[in-house]
Amino acid sequence: MHEVALTVNGTNMRIEVEPRMTLADALRDRCDLTGTHLACEHGVCGSCTISVDGRAVRSCLMFAVQADGADVMTIEGLANGEELHPVQKAFQAEHGLQCGFCTPGFVMSVTKFLETTPDPTDDQIRDGISGNLCRCTGYQGIVRAVKRAAAELNGQS
Amino acid sequence: MKPAPFEYSAPTTVAEAIEALSHDDAKVLAGGQSLIPLMAMRLSRFDRLVDLRRIPELSGCTRVNGTVRIGAMTRQADAEHDPIVAEGAPLLAKALPNVGHYQIRNQGTVGGSIVHADPSAELPTAALALDATIEIAGASGVRRVPASEFFLGTMETAVGDHEIVTAIEFPVWGPGSGFAVEEMARRHGDFAVVGAMCGVRIEGGTVAQSAIAMFGVGSVPVRCGAAESMLTGSTVDGLDLGAVAQAAVADLDPPDDLHASGAYRRAVGAALVERALRAAIEEAGHA
Ligand SMILES: Cc1cc2nc3c(=O)[nH]c(=O)nc-3n(C[C@H](O)[C@H](O)[C@H](O)COP(=O)(O)OP(=O)(O)OC[C@H]3O[C@@H](n4cnc5c(N)ncnc54)[C@H](O)[C@@H]3O)c2cc1C
Ligand code: FES
Ligand code: FES
Repeated sequence: MHEVALTVNGTNMRIEVEPRMTLADALRDRCDLTGTHLACEHGVCGSCTISVDGRAVRSCLMFAVQADGADVMTIEGLANGEELHPVQKAFQAEHGLQCGFCTPGFVMSVTKFLETTPDPTDDQIRDGISGNLCRCTGYQGIVRAVKRAAAELNGQS
Repeated sequence: MKPAPFEYSAPTTVAEAIEALSHDDAKVLAGGQSLIPLMAMRLSRFDRLVDLRRIPELSGCTRVNGTVRIGAMTRQADAEHDPIVAEGAPLLAKALPNVGHYQIRNQGTVGGSIVHADPSAELPTAALALDATIEIAGASGVRRVPASEFFLGTMETAVGDHEIVTAIEFPVWGPGSGFAVEEMARRHGDFAVVGAMCGVRIEGGTVAQSAIAMFGVGSVPVRCGAAESMLTGSTVDGLDLGAVAQAAVADLDPPDDLHASGAYRRAVGAALVERALRAAIEEAGHA
């Protein structure tokens, strides 16, 4: 077993893990943060997307031992208390979800995407969400949600 | 979908990493974006993974002796946005956004993609097109292997089990050069079905240097020497790019698989070579 010290949503944590445990499993089973969802577990679907040291990554393609010293943010860390993050609000307003399984991954990807591309074109939006799969919505509502979130975030700053 | 157990170490120097790899059945872990899926699907299992992420000297892009030198552990996303790469190795800068999705490039490394040597991967093709040199460190010291001798087969390279790639050096082409990458993929971010990369350097209306490389057409990326020799030394205005593109695919025998037939890959490949050449020549300022 390895001891891993990391920050998750602003809280310092120490967890014991086997090297083969992915960061996604560690977050769900050791940190009790089950908002990060796992579907394909081999990097294709994007449902497990989180932020590690400020970058969006697949938490199923990282071992928890690699995250020693890292600053991790999951979907649980996005809202400000009861106040949802603008990207979360936009998904709700634009029907960017149906069953909701893919949603934490989309919201984390889109949040990071809008940090680097604050005023995206339609093509950039489709490129920005190409790493996340949704089996329900047909993506139209998600694209609208990204536009609404961009407008809202730009208005804020 | 869980990997088999293994021991893990994260050395902080190249020497320690080479020592750790000397154990039987140890494997380098770079960005993990190809290795972890293989382990999760139990297509591979290892006794020990040696994580190179904690070795600072393996990351970063610098301009050295007429080349852009990229540390093997440089993240693909960092190389993509590095002005040294954009200026000195524009072909690489153009290839990088086609590698997977940005979340993959945030973790995946330049060296990892080159050592993984997927026949449809962009970075091995860019290395071949630019005549890059791959620097490899092992117990007996450092050796340097040209890209033309590096890729031996599907996911098979000149790197030994107990060696690590430390850096890749991409030669800088002079002024008057232009580059283009064209690929056909099912969706943006998917592996390409077939693709082409071209570079030209033009001096006084004549092609002084050229490179055409293709991927997704065999077990390794290929250089199209016959087509290049139709370009180099010729005046730009007289070029028949359609004929050059046909020459590029003439000797290829691409595989049939569930994504496309070999004949389709050849037909699309020729169109992509022509398109990339046109764009490269235009960029070189002699459309
Ligand atoms: C959904 C998805 C889509 C993708 N799409 C593309 C795509 O379109 N194009 C593309 O090119 N790639 C694509 N990839 C693969 C991606 O580019 C990987 O990052 C890359 O192939 C491997 O780099 P890595 O740093 O993650 O290496 P790892 O996965 O850590 O390692 C890969 C292999 O190389 C060895 N290795 C790595 N670094 C070294 C080194 N320095 N010395 C010796 N051995 C080393 C490892 O032991 C292992 O065998 C995709 C991956 C995913 C999950
Ligand atoms: S569960 Fe990680 S990408 Fe699908
Ligand atoms: S809302 Fe069901 S998978 Fe996306």
